[in-house]
Amino acid sequence: MKVSQLSVFLENKSGRLAEVTRALADANINIRALSIADTIDYGLLRLIVNDPVKAKSALTSDGYTVALTEVLAIEIPDRPGGLAGIIDIFAESKLNIEYMYAFVGTSGQNAIVIFRTQNVDEAIAALQKKGVRILTGEELHSL
Amino acid sequence: MYYWNRDAECISRDKLRDLQSERLVKTVKHAYENVAAYRGKFDEIGLRPQDIRGIEDLSKLPFTGKLEFRDNYPFGMFAVPMDQVVRIHASSGTTGKSTVVGYTRDDIGVWAELMARTLGAGGTTKGDIVQNAYGYGLFTGGLGAHYGAEKIGASVIPMSGGNSKRQIQIMQDFGSTVLCCTPSYAVLLGETAKDMGIDARTLPLKVAFLGAEPWTQSMRREIEALLNIDALDIYGLSEVMGPGVSFECMEKNGLHVNEDHFIVEIIDPDTGEVLPPGGKGELTFTSLTKQALPLLRYRTRDITYIDDSPCPCGRHFARMHRVMGRTDDMLIIRGVNVFPSQIESVLMDIEETEPHYVIVVDREGAMDNLEVWVEVSPQIVSDEVRDLEILERKVSAELHSVLGLSLKVKLVEPKTIARSEGKAKRVVDRRDVYGEG
Repeated sequence: MKVSQLSVFLENKSGRLAEVTRALADANINIRALSIADTIDYGLLRLIVNDPVKAKSALTSDGYTVALTEVLAIEIPDRPGGLAGIIDIFAESKLNIEYMYAFVGTSGQNAIVIFRTQNVDEAIAALQKKGVRILTGEELHSL
Repeated sequence: MYYWNRDAECISRDKLRDLQSERLVKTVKHAYENVAAYRGKFDEIGLRPQDIRGIEDLSKLPFTGKLEFRDNYPFGMFAVPMDQVVRIHASSGTTGKSTVVGYTRDDIGVWAELMARTLGAGGTTKGDIVQNAYGYGLFTGGLGAHYGAEKIGASVIPMSGGNSKRQIQIMQDFGSTVLCCTPSYAVLLGETAKDMGIDARTLPLKVAFLGAEPWTQSMRREIEALLNIDALDIYGLSEVMGPGVSFECMEKNGLHVNEDHFIVEIIDPDTGEVLPPGGKGELTFTSLTKQALPLLRYRTRDITYIDDSPCPCGRHFARMHRVMGRTDDMLIIRGVNVFPSQIESVLMDIEETEPHYVIVVDREGAMDNLEVWVEVSPQIVSDEVRDLEILERKVSAELHSVLGLSLKVKLVEPKTIARSEGKAKRVVDRRDVYGEG
């Protein structure tokens, strides 16, 4: 149910993002989704890739600060109110969403959104109770 | 010409030499008998206190440095029992432990006398209103200037540092005629007045005694024009006493060392050899009257030279040129002494950072800005900006508490700070604090 996400600490310097993506390309890693959280001095690049373990070791050996975190890939009906319905479930269960971002591909007619919450297991239980489909890493990578 | 104590300040060189010899012999005996650290150093080289019979024997004495203070923290360098110590001050040490100094009642009296000479040399009298914007506290600047001004009988406003608008308001409302602060703060006050729509040149202020950090002739010209005053340099360090070790007269051509209380030497920092007048090297002091903390050949790490030519002001005290540099990597930021090693020891204790850092100092307007760039550890666990911001705040709070300075922490990627072989380049100082010559 949980998907491994790669988080890379990056200083705000020109060319830095290009270097990371180049390093991943050289390791034959396919990026499926990404988002950047930034401050004045640095950013956190979050990536969903086809092989997170291999990607992590490639970046670590290049000297990057990399963390693997668990996130949820949730299928969301691609229509008005689709996302709101999902977020309601989080709110009702009093689960904080730390951050979220959209996945590039789709699952049939549905959109996929990546969610990070502090209590992943509780979130899985609450979502499943409402019949929401959560994709596994393998499902995600085979899309 | 202005004097506070003309007889003492204009003592002839011959009489001064006799006085120094007599006081040196006493000081050496006092230090040897009452401070284990000195006794140990004497015994090690087979030197007995009676071997020092006068100033001609000075070079037989071993040097003292900050290390002795660190090893004997907090009170091990004191030569009197604590019931005779009436004041304790402290300054930055090279690591977590500060350098602690103590004073007897007589020491405080001498200090006030020497600060009275300092302020008197710029024309301060009991009719003056002295705005003292040196920090009050463990730092010797605030209380040092305060006691000197009180000794003269001037009206002292104990403002301490900071709160610049209020400083200007009080300066205007109270009619302050004398200002004591760091040179960079004097510039800031001038700029603050301008921002408030006040022409600082029309204020009653006539003279400022500026010290606790290096400054240049061009800064002097800037301050004098900005505030329409005479700006005089004062020098001191807590180990030796505090402000008032040396002071400028209105000639503004070097700082007269209060030689009846301190012997000044310039040494080659590498060999320890004493340099003749005019030779540029490390400034070294021996105290002559201090009771609580006698100091033998204390190496200040400040670089300058001595001018022993007669000064038109009539004082025969030798003059030290303003401080021209350091033999170590100490920085003076907003009047506060900072050793890169202090920063390193804080970072060592924080798990999420590596002890790899660069200190970037810049001056924006009159304000020194301090940034510490720190490498994050490769094993950060969180990927949330919030946690990194918490880490930044934690590092800057720890550094603030150790250094006593506010600063900005910037997290950088691991291995981006250059590792050099041998001594790492830890400091980027974009200010020009020592200037030319």
